[in-house]
Amino acid sequence: MPDLLLKGKAIKLGDNISADDIVPGRFAHLRSNLPELAKHVLEDTVPEFASRVKSGDFLVAGKNLGLGSSREHAPVVIKMSGISAILAESAARIFFRNAINQGLPVLLCDTDKIGDGDELEINLTGGMIANLTSGITLNCSKMPPLMSAILEEGGLIPYIQKHKGFKLL
Amino acid sequence: MGKTLAEKILGLKSRSEAKAGDIVIADVDLAFVQDTTGPLTIRQFKESGFQVLAKPQQTVIFLDHAAPSPSGQLSNDHIFLRRFAKETGCRIYEVGEGICHQLVAEQFANSGNVILGSDSHTVTAGSLGAFATGMGSSDVAVALALGKTWFRVPESFLINLNGVFPRGVYAKDLILYLIGQIGADGANYKALEFGGETLAQMTMSQRLTIANMAVEAGAKVGLFPSDKITQDFLIEHGRGEGYKPLYPDAEANYERVISVNLSQLEPMVSLPHAVDNVLPVGGVKGVEIQQAFIGTCTNGRLEDLAIAAEILQGKKRHPDTRLLIAPASRQVLIQAIGKGYIQGLIEAGATILPPGCAACLGLHQGVLGDGEVCLSTANRNFKGRMGNPEAVIYLASPATTAASAIRGEITDPRELM
Repeated sequence: MPDLLLKGKAIKLGDNISADDIVPGRFAHLRSNLPELAKHVLEDTVPEFASRVKSGDFLVAGKNLGLGSSREHAPVVIKMSGISAILAESAARIFFRNAINQGLPVLLCDTDKIGDGDELEINLTGGMIANLTSGITLNCSKMPPLMSAILEEGGLIPYIQKHKGFKLL
Repeated sequence: MGKTLAEKILGLKSRSEAKAGDIVIADVDLAFVQDTTGPLTIRQFKESGFQVLAKPQQTVIFLDHAAPSPSGQLSNDHIFLRRFAKETGCRIYEVGEGICHQLVAEQFANSGNVILGSDSHTVTAGSLGAFATGMGSSDVAVALALGKTWFRVPESFLINLNGVFPRGVYAKDLILYLIGQIGADGANYKALEFGGETLAQMTMSQRLTIANMAVEAGAKVGLFPSDKITQDFLIEHGRGEGYKPLYPDAEANYERVISVNLSQLEPMVSLPHAVDNVLPVGGVKGVEIQQAFIGTCTNGRLEDLAIAAEILQGKKRHPDTRLLIAPASRQVLIQAIGKGYIQGLIEAGATILPPGCAACLGLHQGVLGDGEVCLSTANRNFKGRMGNPEAVIYLASPATTAASAIRGEITDPRELM
């Protein structure tokens, strides 16, 4: 289960960061070697990301994060980089589901209110984000209960192992 | 209250009311993976402790994205997938058979099916009235084991199509125009449902092109009703029994209705680096191209090759422009040879690539160089998509791409027809 209270720094990205941006297709030969693949996270679009990210940081994006490809390697390498949660104004459908399935929280909120490097405290249970740098508090939109349950178990595979199937809430 | 197509199919497959917004557990009729997402899916399946597929004959592996493999690592992924097929008894389509979405349409998808693929363009089979959608490796791994998945029943947009395509304007131009109107996230989490008078004359090839790109507007699915054209296609492909008529109810509730009069459309081009960055071809006329690529799950079918062959007949590609053509499947290639299209295309200077994804996603068979420009019939023009972040990609119809290959610059196909 992910920690319910997370604290860290925002790494701010723009709108329409695609799954291709996160895991460029030209590294497809590394997809069965995830530690090597993870070295190239966001390499073409945000080249400084891999060297900058610290364990516990938050990836804060604008609109339509993760659009395009269904490659689940995208949230996998973001998680491997040390990111503890993703915040976005909106996230593409498949990417959103993949991140939750990997036990990586995605919170949808008004990310215009978060600046690069801001210190944030996230309460996953209540879906509240306190921006400690600006003093602003942000509310996040709620996930369907089934998705929250999957996230609480740390992802889809642990959820299915525990429940032996889907349990509608 | 009547039901949309999305509500109808998910209602039948979950044996529930399935109103937009509901969470349902639905039976999965077909689950498939391809060679760049399959290895992670299979590893997750195994790590979960699963050993047996719920429906081996309705589980398919396609070796299409890196086919033939350009590297030892990807060849090892192919070995891993072949071994899994032997262990579990699932089906596998080898290198050279074609693109997963084309083969799903030719050999598997039936109206009213729920189809999951670990590839975002799984939406292509919505053309046959199947609720077909892309998911990631975890979701597909679980669907392989349980034969089920969960959905939030989407709200639907009705895309009401009227009129006929003018000369030089095709299904690709329509879907590019629509994505430009809706935006890359305008239909996020929604179903696009196509209707209107035009459908009675719209071929399955055109429907496949349109449904294929629904995901580029963010949509979960791009659904066509299952009608006479669906029935004819299924009979032609030996699956007449897979047909059932399927239409939305007259009183169905749509979140948004978008009407398009096809006769008003022009050839469209999507500009770098976003699919919704769309202009009529006149707005980018004269942009020099070093590579023209005709193929992919969007536009690699017989009708597409016929259009390209007609425009290129007796002409030559521009000496500074490479012309790459990849038929979407082995069947398409055989038919295109039989019709003489391949001969004409080769004489025009085209390089014919094996059936598969080819240059679309930047692994092989046409990776772009620094500063190069490609005009492609594919569905994505994201930065780096064709293997080099220093290159740029424009998207257009096979007609526009063929005409542009002759001139060496983006060209209105109506000037050469």
